[in-house]
Amino acid sequence: MSEFLLATAGAILFTVALGLARVLRGPGDADRIMAMQLIGTGGIASLLLIAAATGARGVDDVALGLAILAAFASAAFVNSAEGEEPVANSGADR
Amino acid sequence: MSVLAALDIGLALLVFAVAAWTVFAPGAFAATVGYVVYGLLLSLVWIRLFAVDVALTEAAIGGGVTGVLLIGAAARLRQAEMTTVGEAPSGVTRLFAACLCVLVAAALAGVVLLLPDQGPTLAPQAMERLPETGLGNPVTAVLIAYRSFDTVLEKVVLVLAVVGVWSLAADRYWGGAPGEARAERPEPTLAFFAQMLAPIGIVVGVHIFWVGADEPGGAFQGGAILAAMWIILMMARLTEAPQTNAFWLRLALIAGPAVFLAAGVAGVAVAGGFFAYPSGLAKPIILFIEAFMVLSIAVTLPMLVAGPPRREPRR
Amino acid sequence: MRFVIDVFSVAAIGGGVFFFLAGTVGLLRFPDPLSRLHALTKADNLGLGLVVLGLLPRTESLLGALELVAVWALVQLAGATAAQLIGRAVRRQGPAA
Repeated sequence: MSEFLLATAGAILFTVALGLARVLRGPGDADRIMAMQLIGTGGIASLLLIAAATGARGVDDVALGLAILAAFASAAFVNSAEGEEPVANSGADR
Repeated sequence: MSVLAALDIGLALLVFAVAAWTVFAPGAFAATVGYVVYGLLLSLVWIRLFAVDVALTEAAIGGGVTGVLLIGAAARLRQAEMTTVGEAPSGVTRLFAACLCVLVAAALAGVVLLLPDQGPTLAPQAMERLPETGLGNPVTAVLIAYRSFDTVLEKVVLVLAVVGVWSLAADRYWGGAPGEARAERPEPTLAFFAQMLAPIGIVVGVHIFWVGADEPGGAFQGGAILAAMWIILMMARLTEAPQTNAFWLRLALIAGPAVFLAAGVAGVAVAGGFFAYPSGLAKPIILFIEAFMVLSIAVTLPMLVAGPPRREPRR
Repeated sequence: MRFVIDVFSVAAIGGGVFFFLAGTVGLLRFPDPLSRLHALTKADNLGLGLVVLGLLPRTESLLGALELVAVWALVQLAGATAAQLIGRAVRRQGPAA
């Protein structure tokens, strides 16, 4: 069973690798920020599977920390990208 | 080859590939994203090396504070990037830097690969004396009991970093608040996110600090998550960065190292040695010190991210 | 009973990997950033949810199971927020920012 868990962790990491190869190349900044989201979700999944397979203790807390901080990089990106916009622009989204 | 070995090799190759991409990435922003992804992948590597405390720190700092700092800076530098392209370092400088990096990496790799199978280690002695400290997590014991002086100096370095960042302000802004003086309105999406996340993050941060005595965790990781909560609240404009001459802010910044140093000095009188703890009271004292360290870290890291003051101080 | 749990875990985790694969295929094949964003956040989150579901019976305590569910809920929140933020950035800067 633990081999199955490790194999699936490897498969998920493989999909993350493929996704990274596409997304990091992407023509725009927004594409590249998606890499954060990708590694966040895929990384947490692999983490949980590896932890269940190898029995490392305390890994749940690492997954919790990663989950909490998953959107921070995207938030920072949007925050600084609109730093130069006049405030009136944020009303245009309504 | 077992599945575990294949997984390890795959993970190592992925880390290499992302690192290589970061070096050759087109532009500062792309390289920054690559670097943060590399850091998050390293958390997985630390888990495989059974260094869960380090993995937690890597996730909390690399994904949270450092990620925000670097990506924010890189996004803001995009406008300036056009003008600085003429100042790029010359080919010779780059070659020299590359050779230096390769040399250091090769030396480290050589040292690690040539280690004898039973490498020199103090781990058995550390584990042996663990019950005397009352702690269950040997990493925390090393940080706060065996090598507490190093940890105090690290916290002092954080204070120095904040002073350094603040000193980047123009003279007339000294003591003012970071952030531009413009009409602040909570940004709807981020505000929702911050309002949902902050209570949970605070609970998790305190939990990780508290549980660090016996399980992987500790003051630094817990403080980093608490810091991230304040950072997201500031990013969502739900709260403003405080004025840098606020007394409570400066008190909070030095509280951690100050209490730690006081405990160390008190150890001379009470337990017969600098940074010695009286036996039987070690765990409560350690938790007491750690609580103040969490406070300092949770205040210092957001101040580093907020940046130098950019407004005149209000009286 | 162990066998039933194992079968359930294998099925759920297998489904999770399938959705991760689907998300990556979408990432590779969709034509513009907004649809790639869609593939990334929706499919990968569902994949993570199925993985968590498969690991739930294997936890040692109720608290551990609750922690897993909390991780998934937080990733949902983060994914939704990130999708909105990145989508807004794409719309403001144009597809090739």
